[in-house]
Amino acid sequence: MSIITFTLNGSQVSVDAPPMTRLLDLLREHLHLTGTKEGCGEGECGSCSVLVDGELVNSCLVPSLQIQGATVTTIEGLGEQTHLHPIQQCFLEKGGAQCGICTPGMILATHHLLEKHPAPTLDEIREGLSGNLCRCTGYMRIFEAVQQTAKLAEAGK
Amino acid sequence: MRSDVRDYTLTAPGSLNAVLSALAANPRLTPVAGGTELMVALGVGRLGPHELISLHRLKELRFIEEHSGILTLGAGTTFTDIRRNATIAREFPLLVQTAAWTGSIANQNRGTLGGNIANASPAADSPPALLVYDATIELVSANGRRTLPYGEFHLGYKKTVLLPGELIYAVRLPCRFAKHRQYVRKVGTRNAQAISKIALAATALMDGATVREIRLAGASLVDRPARLHATEAVVLGKAITPELRTLAAAALASEIKPIDDIRSTAKYRMAVACNLLDEFLLSL
Amino acid sequence: MAPKEPIVGAPALRYEGEAKVLGRAKYIDDLHFPQMIHGATVRSKFPRGRITAIRYGEGVPWDEFTIVTWRDIPGENTIVHLLKDHPCLVEEIVNHPEEPIVLLAHPDKALLRKAVDAVTIEYEPLPAVFTIEESEAPDAPVIWNSEAGDSPNVFKTYLMEKGNVDDVWASADYIIEGEYSTGAQEQLYIENNGVIAEYTEESVTVWGSMQCPYYLHHALQLAFALPEEKCRVIQVETGGAFGGKEDYPSVIGCHAALLAMKSGRPVKMVYDRLEDMAATTKRHPSRTRHRTAVSKDGRLLGGEIEFAIDGGAYVTLSPVVLSRGTIHAAGPYNWPNLRIRAKAVATNCPPHGAFRGFGAPQSIFGLERHMDLIAKTVGITPEELRRRNFLQPGGSTATGQLIKDPIDLNGMLTRALEESGYHAKRAEFTKTNPTSPIKRGIGFATFMHGAGFTGSGERRLNSLVAIEIDDEGSPEILVSSTEFGQGTNTILCQVAAQTLHIPYKNVRIAQPDTHRVPNSGPTVASRTAMIVGKLVEDASHNLLTCMRASGLLEETYTPEQFCHAALAYKQKHGELRATARYQAPGDIFWDDDKYRGDAYPAYAWAVYVAEVEVDTRTYMAEVKNFWALQEVGKVLNPVLAKGQVEGGVAQGIGYAIYEKCVWKDGVMANNQMTNYIMPTSADLPPIHVLFEEVPSIHGPFGAKGIGELPMDGPAPAILNAIEEATGVCFNHCPLLPEDIFDKLANPTSISADSSQLQPAVAGPVFSGTTS
Repeated sequence: MSIITFTLNGSQVSVDAPPMTRLLDLLREHLHLTGTKEGCGEGECGSCSVLVDGELVNSCLVPSLQIQGATVTTIEGLGEQTHLHPIQQCFLEKGGAQCGICTPGMILATHHLLEKHPAPTLDEIREGLSGNLCRCTGYMRIFEAVQQTAKLAEAGK
Repeated sequence: MRSDVRDYTLTAPGSLNAVLSALAANPRLTPVAGGTELMVALGVGRLGPHELISLHRLKELRFIEEHSGILTLGAGTTFTDIRRNATIAREFPLLVQTAAWTGSIANQNRGTLGGNIANASPAADSPPALLVYDATIELVSANGRRTLPYGEFHLGYKKTVLLPGELIYAVRLPCRFAKHRQYVRKVGTRNAQAISKIALAATALMDGATVREIRLAGASLVDRPARLHATEAVVLGKAITPELRTLAAAALASEIKPIDDIRSTAKYRMAVACNLLDEFLLSL
Repeated sequence: MAPKEPIVGAPALRYEGEAKVLGRAKYIDDLHFPQMIHGATVRSKFPRGRITAIRYGEGVPWDEFTIVTWRDIPGENTIVHLLKDHPCLVEEIVNHPEEPIVLLAHPDKALLRKAVDAVTIEYEPLPAVFTIEESEAPDAPVIWNSEAGDSPNVFKTYLMEKGNVDDVWASADYIIEGEYSTGAQEQLYIENNGVIAEYTEESVTVWGSMQCPYYLHHALQLAFALPEEKCRVIQVETGGAFGGKEDYPSVIGCHAALLAMKSGRPVKMVYDRLEDMAATTKRHPSRTRHRTAVSKDGRLLGGEIEFAIDGGAYVTLSPVVLSRGTIHAAGPYNWPNLRIRAKAVATNCPPHGAFRGFGAPQSIFGLERHMDLIAKTVGITPEELRRRNFLQPGGSTATGQLIKDPIDLNGMLTRALEESGYHAKRAEFTKTNPTSPIKRGIGFATFMHGAGFTGSGERRLNSLVAIEIDDEGSPEILVSSTEFGQGTNTILCQVAAQTLHIPYKNVRIAQPDTHRVPNSGPTVASRTAMIVGKLVEDASHNLLTCMRASGLLEETYTPEQFCHAALAYKQKHGELRATARYQAPGDIFWDDDKYRGDAYPAYAWAVYVAEVEVDTRTYMAEVKNFWALQEVGKVLNPVLAKGQVEGGVAQGIGYAIYEKCVWKDGVMANNQMTNYIMPTSADLPPIHVLFEEVPSIHGPFGAKGIGELPMDGPAPAILNAIEEATGVCFNHCPLLPEDIFDKLANPTSISADSSQLQPAVAGPVFSGTTS
């Protein structure tokens, strides 16, 4: 067992867990944050996407010991019921979420994309989200949600 | 999740020297960097080694520097690092392209060049680019360092020259390809997050119509990442004519040994490899 | 008094959308019950055989485990669908790989995995068959035989006839034959199958990811020999289904419940991706053979269609899949004479099951490819061929159903071809293709999809819907219809809000719980919007009637007045509840024996156009642009409807050129997302969604079904476009680059089929059947 201490959604947490515990399981089972989903367990679907030190990662492929001292953001750290994050608001309005199981990962991937490309082209969106599989939408509503978020951010400047 | 994580150990000594000492003391230790390969094996219950040591965030391994016309990439360089580096973009565009083809953005944020090379998959994306840029590779262990041409690193299917206790330290690329014609094309199962069915990378220096230098390498053409020396020999010093293209295709067909697997067929791979070679030769 | 803005037809926000974007929606694996332990399944690793021994290996503390075999089943050892041939757990004979034999439960998930690996099944192998051809071969081993089946290895057959097709061959100018086939397709919902079961005081409760709570409810009654009030099923947030959670939850639900009964503790069973892909249902592989008599001006004189599907090892839903495939095999065309013979055969693959479209994508693929072959043979354009044969109002379908709705397929085709620039592109590609290594093509498919259960199905379902006023005075819809991404919650609340003249946000919908909601039928078959939506509208009217009759509600009212009146009624009478039960439209008739009559109350109609590129260096085909024009009646929610169509088209593109199940002796060999290739965001073209709205009297505010339709058209449209691009015809989907290579790079196989066809030399009888 190892004591793993890191910053989770703005608060410091310490967990005693086997060091090879997947970050996904650390979040879901040890810390009871179930917004991060498991779709494939092999880094292919992106449902378990979280941000580690601002970078998008598949939490099913991260051994927990490697997040020692890191900053982790999950979907729970993004918005509040009373105040959705703009990405969440745009996903809601544009129909970017259908069954919702890929949505937390997709929203974090969008967050990462917009950090790197505040005004992404369609090709940048297509590439930036290509590690997050969605079986419901055919991605078109998601593209619109991302574009809308970027537009709002631009207008809000 | 098909493994019991309690059956595995992982340590993170925090410095390269400490890692090397630990590796020297315990030859059973297996290094894990970004985890994008080993953690997949863990998930499906097929991770053989049970004692692991983390290379993640070792500063000594994560660097990109240029000195006297040589670009050195630390083994811990991530694919994202490669994609964001201006020097690499200018001098080695094929490497940027292959980095962009490696897994997804999330995998590129974690996966490292050293890990990709050490994993030694014949289908890996970056090795063909490194091969046609004439890379050398530097290895490090508690006993010291050694450097060899990258083309000599892979010995067979998933076999490399790495000795127990030895790590990849860095890859070096000579900055002398600016005038070369450069080509890479990957044929995968889809446009993103795809494993190569085949890929072909090439660099060539032309002297008028004559090929003065040529390097070819591919993915999933033989059992390891490797140069295509026989095909290069046919083309070297010649002008590209229809006859030469036919000879080159024949040479390629004789030196590659593609296989049938879950992703494609040997005959398809063979045909497409020849087509890609031809596409490159026609562009010269 | 109607609200100022209409609610139906407006983009109301997804009912449960906020919880989903916040990551707060709770799916089955997000739930944890006190004392809960985990369940797992020991499965067969061989396709067919007789079990001789089950060995529990060393090194596992077996006394800590709950172990369930078929002997622990208190009721019947069956997962009931249409027949009872499908055992809940194998007794002696294994009929497919990955068949459940032993169930294990333990508090420690990791230990459970080791225990599963430590169980060995010893067996004597029995001969097995894995394809339609192997199953129907004269010397095939008999792997399935039942009084219910029509003959050995055949689960079900249908014969559908119109006119007298035997008389047309002699007078036909052309007789055109073709054979078309489709592969299995994995639903690939991103959330795997999962349930939690609890067994207390002789009653069983299962929570789970599913489409049809009452299917599992029924299965539990049989497996546990319990009356219906002792069985309870609750659907929780479901992360995609697409048919894949129609029948399978009955299996995993019964398994978890058996472990819960034996262990006395709540048991969670959630499959991982490897197990879900290997063991659960997929779309039925199919083969369609056409023999068509055509006049020289391109009129269909008559046809024979043989449609066969591979049902896997047990009947499950195959007869119903076969039925929909059979009826849709004739397409939106006028067939004066037609005979369709259809059969579902048994193989030793895991049972195939429901997947969006349910047989129709398979037979429509065959027909729409065949239509292009006919056009080529006769020497007219694919467009002209369809125009000469479209069904018209007043005409009749293959089942003899009179077309009463004012459909205009010619107009739709014109619009779709204009929107897509079809003619200009066709001309351009003809010019540019000869000198380009990238061959471009544009093709289309025209098709229809029936909404609701087939024939007398809705009458048998006898669906019931209720609306009840809650403690805040808000109406709550009570239905067993489930949300799994399509928008059930949202559209049903829109329908109720509009009917009750109150804001959308004032309407609630109950979590589907068989102890609370009436059986409004399964959430399948494009029936929710039209059938259940209409019942919600009716129940809403009944609620208003009741409130008005009590004198508590005026003719016109504000939302606040509605709320006050509802609460006042409730106070006075204890509850306020209205219901509506399905009543078959008076003018709908269906003959189950002859397969004649009104197959569906309404159809959605569509023209899909695909633009493709085929790279002759890599033999890869890519869809570059896509237009989906459909007439679905009133569009209840334009954002959700577009999302439904785009998602269906994406799955259809996958079906056409990416998604291949690789089989090895009945085992899916590529049961990983790395190796089963569904399209990513970088693989899909722009999808232009266009609607025409002809209101139907059968649905709420004129709505018809929409969910399955978009799965039907993409594959044939894309393969038609690929033939346009390459000049070579391909008759199987999925069509992978390796398949394109085999034909393009191997001219001998090309000359054997229609790609070399010149109309002038086709002769009176042309066979496009590829060897």
